[in-house]
Amino acid sequence: MELTGAEIVVKCLEAEGVEYVFGYPGGAVLFIYDELFKQDKVKHILVRHEQGATHAADGYSRSSDKVGVALVTSGPGVTNAVTGIATAYMDSIPMVIISGQVPTHAIGLDAFQECDTVGITRPCVKHNFLVKDVKDLALTIKKAFYLARTGRPGPVLVDIPKDVTSAKCPFEYPATVTMRSYNPVVKGHPGQIKKAVQLLTEAKRPMVYTGGGVILSDASKQLTKFVKMLGFPCTNTLMGLGGYPATDPQFLGMLGMHGTYEANMAMQNCDVLLAVGARFDDRVIGNPADFAQVQRKIIHIDIDPSSISKRVKVDVPIVGNVSDVLEELSRQLEAAAYKPNQKALSAWWSQIGLWKSKDCLKYDKKSKIIKPQFVLERLYEITKGDAFVTSDVGQHQMWAAQFYKFDKPRRWINSGGLGTMGFGLPAAMGVQFANPGATVACVTGEASIQMCIQELSTCKQYRLPIKIVNLNNKYMGMVRQWQQFFHGNRYSESYMDALPDFVKLAESYGHVGIKVEEPGDVEAALKEAFKRKNDLVFLDFVTDQTENVYPMVQGGKGLTEMILAEEL
Amino acid sequence: MRHIISIMLENEPGALSRVAGLFSARGYNIETLTVAPTEDESLSRMTIVTTGSDDVVEQITKQLNKLVEVVKVVDLSEAAHIERELMLIKVRAMGKEREEVKRMSDIFRGRIIDVTENTYTIELTGTGAKLDAFIQALEHSAILETVRTGASGIGRGERVLKV
Ligand SMILES: Cc1cc2nc3c(=O)[nH]c(=O)nc-3n(C[C@H](O)[C@H](O)[C@H](O)COP(=O)(O)OP(=O)(O)OC[C@H]3O[C@@H](n4cnc5c(N)ncnc54)[C@H](O)[C@@H]3O)c2cc1C
Ligand SMILES: Cc1ncc(C[n+]2csc(CCOP(=O)(O)OP(=O)(O)O)c2C)c(N)n1
Ligand SMILES: [Mg+2]
Repeated sequence: MELTGAEIVVKCLEAEGVEYVFGYPGGAVLFIYDELFKQDKVKHILVRHEQGATHAADGYSRSSDKVGVALVTSGPGVTNAVTGIATAYMDSIPMVIISGQVPTHAIGLDAFQECDTVGITRPCVKHNFLVKDVKDLALTIKKAFYLARTGRPGPVLVDIPKDVTSAKCPFEYPATVTMRSYNPVVKGHPGQIKKAVQLLTEAKRPMVYTGGGVILSDASKQLTKFVKMLGFPCTNTLMGLGGYPATDPQFLGMLGMHGTYEANMAMQNCDVLLAVGARFDDRVIGNPADFAQVQRKIIHIDIDPSSISKRVKVDVPIVGNVSDVLEELSRQLEAAAYKPNQKALSAWWSQIGLWKSKDCLKYDKKSKIIKPQFVLERLYEITKGDAFVTSDVGQHQMWAAQFYKFDKPRRWINSGGLGTMGFGLPAAMGVQFANPGATVACVTGEASIQMCIQELSTCKQYRLPIKIVNLNNKYMGMVRQWQQFFHGNRYSESYMDALPDFVKLAESYGHVGIKVEEPGDVEAALKEAFKRKNDLVFLDFVTDQTENVYPMVQGGKGLTEMILAEEL
Repeated sequence: MRHIISIMLENEPGALSRVAGLFSARGYNIETLTVAPTEDESLSRMTIVTTGSDDVVEQITKQLNKLVEVVKVVDLSEAAHIERELMLIKVRAMGKEREEVKRMSDIFRGRIIDVTENTYTIELTGTGAKLDAFIQALEHSAILETVRTGASGIGRGERVLKV
């Protein structure tokens, strides 16, 4: 039987087990919307801006093991989606974006709502396709899902001209797909793994540094078992939080620009470093020249060869999937009846204990003004550490990363690589769809939340009981902090003037709003909000305007040159 | 260091712009780039001449391999290889210049492929360095127009780049 292109799109999504599509209609995708209307297997979620669609699909993906899907129209639909696509790309998030395009005969003629979608998105997708013949449609969609979720994951875009969605051809969804030009490595090289075992066995001051790759590979069980077996200290990047349980005594907290003192000191001073699914980002290792001054052996596990020896030279590269490589490493360690060098290791742990005693995350607990750190500590307690926490970008993001102790993977949802303000709320929608009934909190700032505030309307339509924790310091706090430290207190354009009354704003969208001004009211307000299982509650915390995120490694400085709270 | 990188890629629209886009986005140099389909029409063969430190060239080959449409990448400069480039050059050839230009072309094993009263058009193949040398050898003001293909390269001996 022959189907139209639009029918094929919907059938393919169904065959991929897609439950939700986040989208926004327009001329070029009307045939697809018509087919969505006629069925109820694939549910469409109508956002209020295409950026919201891509962030929601992204949050859906990050908080589950599924591929998020977004659907947008040609021209402005696509350009609005670009921020969300780039956000997913930078954090290697699997996602499929279907975009409408002007009819094939109109391409290149500056047609209404035409843009070069494949050209515009090329640098921020894992791959993209323009489908010019309906006969190629099913295979292309199959390839898109396959590419998005395998290897180093990422967003894949399929651009479909309108006439292709109305043309007909026989339909069969391919069961499998192979591409001669695309063969990601899974298993690590046995010889390299052997070398790694040797180094780990001899280590005197070992350190395990893990990132987003552990989350993406669903390898936190293997990682935890492995690190426990070794007895080594472990740190996570911002993207890797939850990959190793934060409440475990071997965990040193996050490392990097706003990492803990102990994590950064151990990272710099270790003699054997095991990097797992982490990419030695500039916000993680500080100045690479300074980092390279110390002699240490580095083992690096990553599925993408281009992540290895990109910024830091490594001694034992292992290309492969984290969970497979860790399994093999554990097996070999067990087979070799691994015994750690207890004497050296306990000396190393006492050194780390000294660094820990700096208590680098301390803050003024007696403050009369609400401290943002205090709100996050209470949030952690009241949600029993079991919420899904999304975040926007700024100081509040760093405090959430420092003070909410994630014991499970896929619970901490934030934009690390691109650092996209506006991500938090739409991402939380995707999280709630992927985890119905779960507690979802969006930690945000008064500047970030206004970038996708329109999605409050989507939340009302689909009854999403997200709890918004707005740490309102009336400043683009992260910008203000840099201006205070590095630009002579000249707060150029970072004050947030003319703020809306967030309580009324939430109410006007049909939600509940609570304003909290006293430290003494924080706990009660949070409890009240989380008691309301069916309501979206917008908590507007009036916080200390002058609070800064510590520790801080200034850009270009070495990892151990941290600015600490007490030094100011 | 100068490197000659050979790439086999799917002969699909857009594949070239992915490679070119990669070089500009990541700030890599392209000295020359040539591309054409191979005997297997589903594949194109591309040769890129680039310069960069060993670290940069390592990243270039890794990033190229990452492109979904790229099937194989080889840095030809890592082993013995042959490099050829074609140049068409139109030069002024009047009066006693005619003999001189003809002689120069012969020395460089060029072929005169078009003649007018005042000009010769010469076809010349060789390494980029040889073509440069020919241009140097001519009187600058006599050169009316040049067009070069950029280098293509192939491994020496039995080394074969095939899918
Ligand atoms: C305001 C702000 C401040 C920040 N401060 C910090 C900070 O203090 N500390 C910090 O850590 N970050 C910080 N970041 C985030 C930073 O910019 C980077 O996004 C982050 O450090 C990268 O994390 P990652 O190394 O885990 O890499 P990711 O971007 O998560 O990359 C994952 C790596 O794993 C690999 N991989 C993927 N899947 C697999 C698999 N299945 N098997 C094997 N490997 C795989 C990928 O190839 C890649 O190399 C900050 C961001 C912002 C916006
Ligand atoms: C879309 C976008 N524009 C600009 C920036 C630069 N930026 C990073 S943090 C920040 C301020 C965020 O302010 P707010 O949301 O109030 O959070 P706070 O730092 O005060 O907690 C800005 C402007 C960005 N990350 N994203
Ligand atoms: Mg703020």
